[in-house]
Amino acid sequence: MNIDFMSNRIYALVASAFLFVVSVVSLLAMNLNWGLDFTGGVLVEVGFEEAADADDIRVLVEDAGYQNAQVQNIGSERDIVIRVPPVAGVDQSVVGDEVYAMLAQNYSGTELLKSDYVGPAVGQDLTQQGALALLIALLLVMVYIMFRFTGKFALGAVFALVHDIVIVAGVFSIMRWTFNLPELAALLAVIGYSLNDTIVVSDRIRENFRAVRRGTAMDVINYSLNQTLGRTLVTSLTTLLVLVALLIAGGEQLFGFAIALTIGVIVGTYSSIYIAASSLLLLGIKSQELALPEKEGAPTTR
Amino acid sequence: MADSRFVGQNIFGTQSTSRSKTHYPRWRYALSLLVIVVACVYALPNLFSPDYAIQIQTDHAKNNKGEPFEIGDSFIGQVVDFLEKNDLGVKEQEKLENGTLLRFHTEVERDQAKGALETRLNPTGTDRQFVVALNLADTTPSWLQKIGGRPMALGLDLAGGIHFVLEVDIDTAIQNQLVDESEKVLDRLRDARIRYLPGQDIVKDQTMIIEFADIETRDRALETLGEFYGLPNYEMSSTQASGNPAVQMSFASARLTEMEDLAIDQNLEGLRNRVNELNVSEPLVQRLGQNRIVVDLPGIQDSSEAKRILDKFATLEFRLVAGPEDNPRPAEVEQFEYENRMYDVYKEVIVEGKNVINAVAARDENGLPTVNFTLDRPGGDRMHDITKDNIGEPMAILFIELKPIVSTELIDGEVVETTRIETDRRLISVAGIREALSYNSRISELDASEAKELALLLRAGALAAPMRIVEERTVGASLGEENINRGFMAVVIGFALVLAFMLAYYKVFGLVANLALIFNLIIVIAVMSSIGATLTLPGIAGMVLTVGMAVDANVLIFSRIREELKVSKPWAAIPAGYDRAFRTILDANLTTLFVALILLFIGSGPIAGFAVTLSIGIVTSMFTAIFVSRGIVHLIYGRPNVERVWI
Repeated sequence: MNIDFMSNRIYALVASAFLFVVSVVSLLAMNLNWGLDFTGGVLVEVGFEEAADADDIRVLVEDAGYQNAQVQNIGSERDIVIRVPPVAGVDQSVVGDEVYAMLAQNYSGTELLKSDYVGPAVGQDLTQQGALALLIALLLVMVYIMFRFTGKFALGAVFALVHDIVIVAGVFSIMRWTFNLPELAALLAVIGYSLNDTIVVSDRIRENFRAVRRGTAMDVINYSLNQTLGRTLVTSLTTLLVLVALLIAGGEQLFGFAIALTIGVIVGTYSSIYIAASSLLLLGIKSQELALPEKEGAPTTR
Repeated sequence: MADSRFVGQNIFGTQSTSRSKTHYPRWRYALSLLVIVVACVYALPNLFSPDYAIQIQTDHAKNNKGEPFEIGDSFIGQVVDFLEKNDLGVKEQEKLENGTLLRFHTEVERDQAKGALETRLNPTGTDRQFVVALNLADTTPSWLQKIGGRPMALGLDLAGGIHFVLEVDIDTAIQNQLVDESEKVLDRLRDARIRYLPGQDIVKDQTMIIEFADIETRDRALETLGEFYGLPNYEMSSTQASGNPAVQMSFASARLTEMEDLAIDQNLEGLRNRVNELNVSEPLVQRLGQNRIVVDLPGIQDSSEAKRILDKFATLEFRLVAGPEDNPRPAEVEQFEYENRMYDVYKEVIVEGKNVINAVAARDENGLPTVNFTLDRPGGDRMHDITKDNIGEPMAILFIELKPIVSTELIDGEVVETTRIETDRRLISVAGIREALSYNSRISELDASEAKELALLLRAGALAAPMRIVEERTVGASLGEENINRGFMAVVIGFALVLAFMLAYYKVFGLVANLALIFNLIIVIAVMSSIGATLTLPGIAGMVLTVGMAVDANVLIFSRIREELKVSKPWAAIPAGYDRAFRTILDANLTTLFVALILLFIGSGPIAGFAVTLSIGIVTSMFTAIFVSRGIVHLIYGRPNVERVWI
């Protein structure tokens, strides 16, 4: 296999830029569809004996004094999820109990599947913690790569990571998928995954820059990408295989998590080639920068 | 751009010519084997499906002589006989530290037994004496248990149950403490005959401000108080308030931290006592961050019952009542109504709720409901000293209930919750002191339900600071079961897909990678079981993801070997592939581990569950790829005369 990745990089960059801008615009215009974990509020999931009509239940819930409650079927037509926005003057921690008790009175054989209440303070704390975690993760990664490689590699890696996170978040924003704690965890896992890819590629680029003194930087990078392509594809494929398993078997509870990772793995694989590697060219990497320091001596391999 | 151009110049590939390099150190085989065997042993407990069981514990039960009742062999024998009479066979019984565990053959039998035992041991209308909790009993063989083997605990999202996060209102606790202190401060000033200007609210916003008529008095006050109050506990300074010279006092930061920790610790203790009232076999009560407390109640579905018990915040005070001949100063007493009469009750507290060690609802010799309670040493001594000097005088019991009233408001579209503490104080008993009381006393003239509630509140202990629920998550048992099945399916499907792919793509080496992958999963499960990590749905997702990613190290190695094979013989190419991939694997995994650890530190709940499995998976996958898979490959292809490898 010998693909000239870098000559086509302009198309890739245009495509990336387009996706990135669309994502940013969507995030700015519509924000994420933040879930209960971050906004706070009340969510009740109830299982019914027979198919339950969301409209009938909405009327009941509204009659009970909870206006603007969202009622919809989830998973199967016998399962209903009810989201109750905060009502002024009501202690929210009892709303879930009351809604369920009311439904249990009106329907026989109901079952409480899930009831969540998250106070506004908890949600705010989580939002802050989440943002902080993303920043710290990016910063630490940058410092580590700077230490192990060079500043240009670190910049390339961080470009790639920001690219990945923004696009995954952008897709969530455009699709209006709920963004909850597991999705935040998935986003951080995407950082981990994409980074893994980027480092493997960078490692090979560095190695080849050191071993090969001939050829342009573009040749070396192209060659390195081809060498690692097999591994990159196999690893992405196996990870996608297990994610497909999660999407099939995981059900409603893991859907957001699995889909965020799926998008993240695809985008992350692509970005380690086109964003991380072409950033190196953009930043004007030279083989002299990667010369082995004296004390490390000869190459480590026997 | 041909491959050969670069590979030909590859300075590493052609170096591996020495035959001694085909040697693979014995200690690596030994280590791999040891780790795998140990992992298999510690993963084993997860294969034994648990028994349906009931756990019975004494909950302040007393024998006929009023001594604490202990569950012994004869009691257990009686219980088993009783159940057998009801056609409910006990599979196995076991004595616990202060209770017993009964195992049953089926879930149905167990549930019937629970109902029968509940009515038998805790007849209606009396105070509950036994905790009868449903449980899933570990069936790990005893030899495994002896070496620390245990199955993974299931999180609430898998087992079903309620998760609460309570926020402790430390500010109120501090304010209350300062109000208490202010009384003592004023006492000292009175003792020293220093006149202060009477004010309505001396304590405001966690600061005490005492005003004086002139600067000279203020300075005398500062000097007097300085002997008792100062750093490191108090900060004291002179100031001006409403035009008067004043002394300003507040707690110093070291004291504040100490009080905060103390308040949280006391609330943890109080909550643990309360949770014990809830028939839960393995509750979890622990501090979360600065001022929050997590309460996990597996197996419970009825959250309103749980809330009723957790939310209650009440205490008692025993105080003397001013008799007709007493002439108390108005500042010394407060007025309370009791049975349509007003009483002057002294402000001085003899004994508080926190001095109560134990309390039970019972009946006195006339069959009337009472609460018998036991005081701790300081409480008992004080009760004795004061009652012996006041025989014939009336004593009152003041019941103080603090209710957090939460109200929600929408301010600029943001939801803001405010808590106000409503204090309800009322007399629940006024009775003449007939004799000197001591450690054991009783409260009579109650009705039965009052007695029961009071006993519960007394033994549950006073909470140091009011709390309110800021997060609550209930997972129904059926959803939990569904989550387990789904998680299990996801692991099986994901695993099967990856194994099949690896075998097809890398042939013999794929088989090696698959073996390493299976060992990896076993080691992850073993580590999680033995460190007592809790398995949650996101944790399972992490495990599935680890399977996908653990392949990576092997893939890195194999693609290196394939490259090396183009320029050298297998016996040289294989070790070279492993060695050269090692650095990349290390770099790539270390950075991923960083991210996983960050997740672990920031995250609670679902994030933590995911981060734990991911971190463990990263470390174990490195180990299996570098040690185990290499060992197996060496066993197959380690001989120098191998000409072809299936990769």
